[in-house]
Amino acid sequence: MSSEGFLLRIWRRFKSWEGLLLVVLVVIIATNAERSPAYLSIGNQINLFQLSIEKIIVALIMAFLIINAEIDLSVASMMGLSACLLAWMYERGVPVPVGLLLGLLVGVLGGLFNGFWIAIVGLPSLVVTLATLIMYRGLARVLLEDRSIGHFPEWFDALGQQSLVGPLPLAMIVFFLLLALAIVILQYSAFGRYVFVIGNSSDVARYSGVKVRRVKMILFTAAGAIAAIAGLLFAARLGAVRGDLANGFELDVITMVLLGGVSIFGGSGSLFGVFLSILIVLNLRNGMSLANITGHVQTGVIGVLLILSVLVPNLANQVRDTLNRRRQAGRPQEADA
Amino acid sequence: MRGLRHRIRPEQVRESVIVLLTVVVAFLFSTQIDNYFSARFFNRVSTSVAIIAVVAVGQTLVFLTRNYDLSVGSIVGFTAYFVGQTLTHNNEIAPLVAVLLAIGLGAMMGAFNGVLVAYGRVPAVIVTLGTLALYRTILVEYSDAQTVLTALLPEWILDLPRANIVSFGDVDIRLMVGVALVVVILFQLVLKYLPYGRRLYAIGSNPDAAEIAGFPSQRIVFLAFVLCGALSGLAGFMFLARFGNITVVAGLGLELSSIAAVVVGGVSNQGGAGTATGALLGAILIDLIDNSLIRWPEISEFWRDALLGLLILLAVAADAVIMNRLRNLWTRSELQMEAEADVSIAQEQGSHV
Repeated sequence: MSSEGFLLRIWRRFKSWEGLLLVVLVVIIATNAERSPAYLSIGNQINLFQLSIEKIIVALIMAFLIINAEIDLSVASMMGLSACLLAWMYERGVPVPVGLLLGLLVGVLGGLFNGFWIAIVGLPSLVVTLATLIMYRGLARVLLEDRSIGHFPEWFDALGQQSLVGPLPLAMIVFFLLLALAIVILQYSAFGRYVFVIGNSSDVARYSGVKVRRVKMILFTAAGAIAAIAGLLFAARLGAVRGDLANGFELDVITMVLLGGVSIFGGSGSLFGVFLSILIVLNLRNGMSLANITGHVQTGVIGVLLILSVLVPNLANQVRDTLNRRRQAGRPQEADA
Repeated sequence: MRGLRHRIRPEQVRESVIVLLTVVVAFLFSTQIDNYFSARFFNRVSTSVAIIAVVAVGQTLVFLTRNYDLSVGSIVGFTAYFVGQTLTHNNEIAPLVAVLLAIGLGAMMGAFNGVLVAYGRVPAVIVTLGTLALYRTILVEYSDAQTVLTALLPEWILDLPRANIVSFGDVDIRLMVGVALVVVILFQLVLKYLPYGRRLYAIGSNPDAAEIAGFPSQRIVFLAFVLCGALSGLAGFMFLARFGNITVVAGLGLELSSIAAVVVGGVSNQGGAGTATGALLGAILIDLIDNSLIRWPEISEFWRDALLGLLILLAVAADAVIMNRLRNLWTRSELQMEAEADVSIAQEQGSHV
């Protein structure tokens, strides 16, 4: 390959969505760094990850689902349910490790339950997971009602709050391991190709012999399990559990994935983009906190970002289509002349 | 048999099942709860159904076009708060103006959703998930953590929830229930007889065909969102009248109950099927369960959401599995009759030769 081709490739990359994200990220980081000198310190950077670590863990599996042209709105409720089950068990004298296993189990079961209705019965995932969003949250509330349960053993709290390897806490290690695993599976394995193919066209995939039901079943079960893990990590970090734990997190999670350039219609997207958008959302929230902007406004900004992340590419496509059409419409006339 | 099949549509079977289910649920609760069928309970349930039903009718319009509006709860909360605040500061505003303000405000927020969905071609889930957060944020910022207080509202709006159209003994048909019924009937007629209503079904049944047939799809979808917003605004006004004290969490979760109502009521966002009446029936069933659970001492009221979710799932699954089979049966039996007729004609011709 000539160096010119290489430069061209870099230019293409920059013109793509990921390039745009990179520029946005640099701008946000530069602005934040200028505002606060402590911003770029390793402590603050880890803290910034740590504050939303559960959401970004879930965002990884959400990327798989949306590329697969499905969605799971119930992840935040599942986070709450697994944490509440752990707390409920602990309150009844069950040791924490057993509670953790049961929390994970309820995640797997909840994921299988979603998968059953979507992959086997064939209902739209949006409706199914909207129903289970209400249902799992309801079950979490049934367990804890309006109580708050804390005072877990010290080792459990430490797992969530203190660093494990070097400066990294457990949740961050889990995240980076899952990220590596996700990249390998989605971008370098047959299963990953199936996820893309099904996302492009479920029918084509089925006629080509892809076991569509099995892939979807695996994805939803994994989503339940990972959401449960994220919920348990969140419980460890907070040191206390309430029925509304992680309420509304699906908004942030879906925003991160869509902002990362994953198409809501399925079939395209990359984990590199998702990782960039995770960094953008984290830095943006951190920057807004530094600028004394309240949590409510931050949520509103995330909402706007979510809409823009789909609207902007749509408008860009429309403009490109119109230009192409004009160019094509212009050609025959030139030929006539 | 043939005549019967022609007269009863699958939707009517569906709606009769909900009515039956509602009766069964009411009966079951009456065996568990003392003094269940009281006039007070009827009045309470009917007033709270009225609000959900108005939102559910709006949700129906959007649902028919294969879209969702997850922002209705925030629209209800925002209009309830904004109108309440305005009335607090200007006690002399005429009732009609206040209602129109609520409807107009709701329509504006609906229009914002509609523009993005219909013209920006952003999926409705994304838009309304975003505006669910955005409208609530605007409300929180606007309110500055203040509460609209009953004591500061004008007299007429406080009397509104207790205003009756007719009373049978202690059982009242409240004005708000009347408003909800008018909305349901009006939109049922719109859906059934106006071209706009029929086009909503056409788009839901086959968006591509509707486009090819030359329907202004974008405008139709846009208008559905505007109407949904306007109805949510009206519901926001009713919410204000019913509760008086409005905080920033007003209307939270109404998007879920309204979607539950339309889904249970048989409105499908896959095949352009469903009616405003169905949405009302769904709202009644859901709210009856909701209010009964609160009164049932044996069981924690926290079960309501768990049951609500399960109910939505079962309703959708029943639709997908049973109703589709029924519809197929309907069409197949018609095709069969045609085929039989063809065969008998052929036989007749054969015997002549």
